[in-house]
Amino acid sequence: MTHTVLVTGVSRHIGARVASVLAADPDISRVIGVDTVPPPSLTREGGVSLGRTEFVRVDLRSPDIAQVIAAADIDTVVHMSLVSAPSRNTGRALMKEHNVIGAMQLLGACQRSATVRRVVVRSTTAVYGSSPRDPAVFTEDLESHDGPSHGYAKDAAEVEGYVRGFARRRPDVTVTLLRFANFMGPGVDSPLTRYFTQPVLPTVFGFDPRLQFVHEDDAVEVLRRAATEDHPGTFNVAGTGVLLLSQCVRRAGRLSMPLLSPAFRMLGNTARRVGLVDYSPEQLRLMSHGRAVDSTRLESELGWKPKFTTGAAFDDFLRSRGLRPFGGALR
Amino acid sequence: MIPISAAPSYDEPQPDPLARALAFVRRRLTGDYEVDEFGYDAEFTDKVMLELIRPLYHHWFRVETVELKNVPEEGGALIVANHSGTLPVDALMLQVALHDEAHRPLRLLGADLVYQLPVLSHLSRKTGHTLACPEDADRLLRKGELVGVFPEGFKGVGKPYSERYKLQRFGRGGFVASAIRAGVPIVPVAIVGAEEIYPKIGDLPFLARMLGVPYLPITPFFPLLGPLGLVPLPSKWMIEFGEPIRTDDYDPSAADDPMLVFNLTDHVREVVQQMLNELRLRRGHAFPPFL
Repeated sequence: MTHTVLVTGVSRHIGARVASVLAADPDISRVIGVDTVPPPSLTREGGVSLGRTEFVRVDLRSPDIAQVIAAADIDTVVHMSLVSAPSRNTGRALMKEHNVIGAMQLLGACQRSATVRRVVVRSTTAVYGSSPRDPAVFTEDLESHDGPSHGYAKDAAEVEGYVRGFARRRPDVTVTLLRFANFMGPGVDSPLTRYFTQPVLPTVFGFDPRLQFVHEDDAVEVLRRAATEDHPGTFNVAGTGVLLLSQCVRRAGRLSMPLLSPAFRMLGNTARRVGLVDYSPEQLRLMSHGRAVDSTRLESELGWKPKFTTGAAFDDFLRSRGLRPFGGALR
Repeated sequence: MIPISAAPSYDEPQPDPLARALAFVRRRLTGDYEVDEFGYDAEFTDKVMLELIRPLYHHWFRVETVELKNVPEEGGALIVANHSGTLPVDALMLQVALHDEAHRPLRLLGADLVYQLPVLSHLSRKTGHTLACPEDADRLLRKGELVGVFPEGFKGVGKPYSERYKLQRFGRGGFVASAIRAGVPIVPVAIVGAEEIYPKIGDLPFLARMLGVPYLPITPFFPLLGPLGLVPLPSKWMIEFGEPIRTDDYDPSAADDPMLVFNLTDHVREVVQQMLNELRLRRGHAFPPFL
């Protein structure tokens, strides 16, 4: 059977890697990559060869995406385009529009399409929030006490709502919702990876959150399987185990600067205003209470375990950036 | 899960203590150690936290354990103990007793207040404890851990001195439902001695509300002597482990039968109260040889 796959968000690292893996699959006849910006060139850092992926520049918030889906007889949609931090120039409003309106347009187009058979949506474990009143380890059925109230996590929670609605209206389509822990790896560039490469890391005084990472290779493999096999449902995706923030800081050989939480928030807001880091309020909660999820459901569904544990994923990231603990060898 | 044997103290004795100490410092500084998904750091607990508490356990409270054989050597079990003492020192002593004498790490289920407070929240997680909620309890029991609860909660730990050794209401019996779901035995535990460490003779409810804590105690020495009033009185302690109450005869769905859960909760409560009465007589004076 011939497959035509649409991948959104191919101008970002993981999206590009997924598109190139799918393009290398002989069972897939066409891979169409879309994004609002053109992919970075290969010579620049972060560029990934897209293989035979055909790139179409589409603003997801416009109905153009419906024409792309209709014109190419697409049967599989991999929606990777979820912006995790507001860009300095455009701000939060545009980010929300991109995330939520973009997903609505895409799902609307899929609902109209007669050819779409499989939809894979990337979400995040941030939808569970971080709270001192929630269980230590989240399974897919748990809902957080006080759900995400702002930013990226709220967008993702809203997108998930639309995905569930779509799955109800089109029961003939296989819908896979993947909640990823923070991506980690040599090619990942996220607020969290930028945080760990600073010389001094601000932390919240009196808290040592549990963090969980998923290695980019594992993330790409999970997305590849979801795009080429039928795995309906919602799944957590995270490397086994957790790392405490203090452990990450020590492994990276950085100094931590504990700040009382109001000071941490003020520093974050100031840093964002001058364009140093992307800081959002939910980061304060993550940096205080942390979060861990259970990926057992994914592992039994796929009969496969992520190759990198949380610790190994972080070590691989450190290796690629040449970071090492004080007096320790490169891990 | 990190087996307690992974903590270096259970290794064969190594010849050079200095080399071992250096290796320990090096592991800690480079972040080269493991914590479980709840944040339990077995090495830190054994080498740092418990090491600080052990003098209190051995020399200040002279804790004596009774019928330790009733603690299962392996597999999941639920420890249910009385709670007292104004500050939860009894939780720490119970942890030392089980860690050092039964060689099992204790995973306590704590109030959500603990996890909102700075410092306390991460120390609590690092020493193996987590939030009292059915999801975490079930998960730990399924992993075969020894889980501990104080069903009286703040009502028990914050009760006035005049009500010492009188068990308060046992919550809503959620702990019994968790034990039934996991089919693990319930081990009733009586702790005698904690009641006398900070005799609570009064309360400052207004200040407590302002500070967002459940109570602010007045003891004969606090706040009268300031920080010195925080030194616990050296009462003599005994901890008795009762015969395990089996729950594996019930079907896991019995956890949804409120009548059965209430009855079993009452039964556990009666057993603990009876153990308390007998153990208190057996201990005699709280401050031997003076009182």
